[in-house]
Amino acid sequence: MTSPTDSLQNGYALTFQDASYRLPSGSALMSNLNLSVARGETLVLLGRSGSGKTTTLKLINRLLDASDGEILIAGKPIRTLDPIELRRGIGYVIQDAGLFPHWTVEQNVGLVPKLDGWPKEKIQARVREMLSLVGLPPEEFAKRRPSALSGGQKQRVGVARALAADPPILLMDEPFGALDPITRSDLQNEFRMLAARLQKTIVFVTHDVREALFLGTRIAVLDQGRLVGVYTPDEFLKASEPEIHAFAASLHSDAAGEGAR
Amino acid sequence: MKWYEFLLHNRAEVLQRIIEHLGLVAASMAIALAVGLPLGIALVRRQKMQRWVIGTANVLQTIPSLALFGFLIPVPWIGGVGASTAIVALSLYALLPILRNTSTGILEVDPAVVESAIGMGMTPRQVLWQVQLPLAAPVLLAGIRVATAMCIGVATVAAAIGAGGLGVFIFRGLAMVNNQVILAGAIPAAGIAIAVDSGLGYFQKSVDKR
Repeated sequence: MTSPTDSLQNGYALTFQDASYRLPSGSALMSNLNLSVARGETLVLLGRSGSGKTTTLKLINRLLDASDGEILIAGKPIRTLDPIELRRGIGYVIQDAGLFPHWTVEQNVGLVPKLDGWPKEKIQARVREMLSLVGLPPEEFAKRRPSALSGGQKQRVGVARALAADPPILLMDEPFGALDPITRSDLQNEFRMLAARLQKTIVFVTHDVREALFLGTRIAVLDQGRLVGVYTPDEFLKASEPEIHAFAASLHSDAAGEGAR
Repeated sequence: MKWYEFLLHNRAEVLQRIIEHLGLVAASMAIALAVGLPLGIALVRRQKMQRWVIGTANVLQTIPSLALFGFLIPVPWIGGVGASTAIVALSLYALLPILRNTSTGILEVDPAVVESAIGMGMTPRQVLWQVQLPLAAPVLLAGIRVATAMCIGVATVAAAIGAGGLGVFIFRGLAMVNNQVILAGAIPAAGIAIAVDSGLGYFQKSVDKR
């Protein structure tokens, strides 16, 4: 209890201690992950398909429960917390936005405040604030259904919904992955500003190196269910590990890219 | 005597047969819904059992209706000649479409939507009632619609085991070799089936908010 690392861990918003996740069949999707995320930083989980990045994300809001090890939020092991309460305190944005098609934009954004039992007027005010924050004028969008939104607008609503109850932690699973390149870079730019302003602790999953370098304060590279290393964007570009080289090479081979060095 | 003249002449009995017919259908549908909806929901999380239960319901449905009535007559408690046997048989028929559409309707709800519902901190009950069931409603109602139309049709055969209904005129007409009497049972039965089906169809469209 009194070891010096304890106080250090308490300084982190989120800590993985030797966390593993295995399927019932026994195959490991994530092994012995040790990783800490500082308050207010954007940690990017970068890896190809099957590297375990989404698994890692789902361990945080207990959509999956770690088979071994411990995950701490503000120093508390999450396995001791009620999963429902835990999830309401963590924003979650996924690739297809996952908006409820039978609810209006307003109802979608107000979901968590409503679950938390906020009074109606407070929810309404908060929804308008959130929609403005993500660049959707409330008078135009509040009453729409998701089917009447473009892909980019859906993701904006997804972000507004995740932020509505003001959770300290935000999990994002390739939120801009399905968008066209122009919309994508618009949202990346706005999101970077938003992240800097809101000071949320963000864990962001992507397989896109460019996105990782642009949005991440640090980048955790995952490969085949293992953590290869954690780098700042600068360190990442200079790193010598072969796994990182493969990613850096994908930057060079990208014809539209500016090159890494 | 034309079939409509027959209907006019026998107004009192026609009305009684229509009420009997609707009673058979309503009772069987009530039982099928009371069993099928909760069972269908429960089967969503039990894939193996789902295959088994739907397989059984499938087999039940391939049994010809007259044969099923025949099978049920000697069964104690539920069997015998009369409406109760018919209601049991009709419920068994209606069960498959309700069960299957409840389960598949819920399973077909976009997994991203369900995942985000859980990830946002909805309880399993909230996910079921606020997300899965509303989104599965059109598929679910399609099942109820098929089951109801089928029940109205098969209920005509129930007259053969003394359960009453509009089938009484059909069997009477067959015995009398009188087409007009047959039509006096068949046409109202078909009319009810079409009316109920289109009514449910309209309702089905109105709940589709996807």
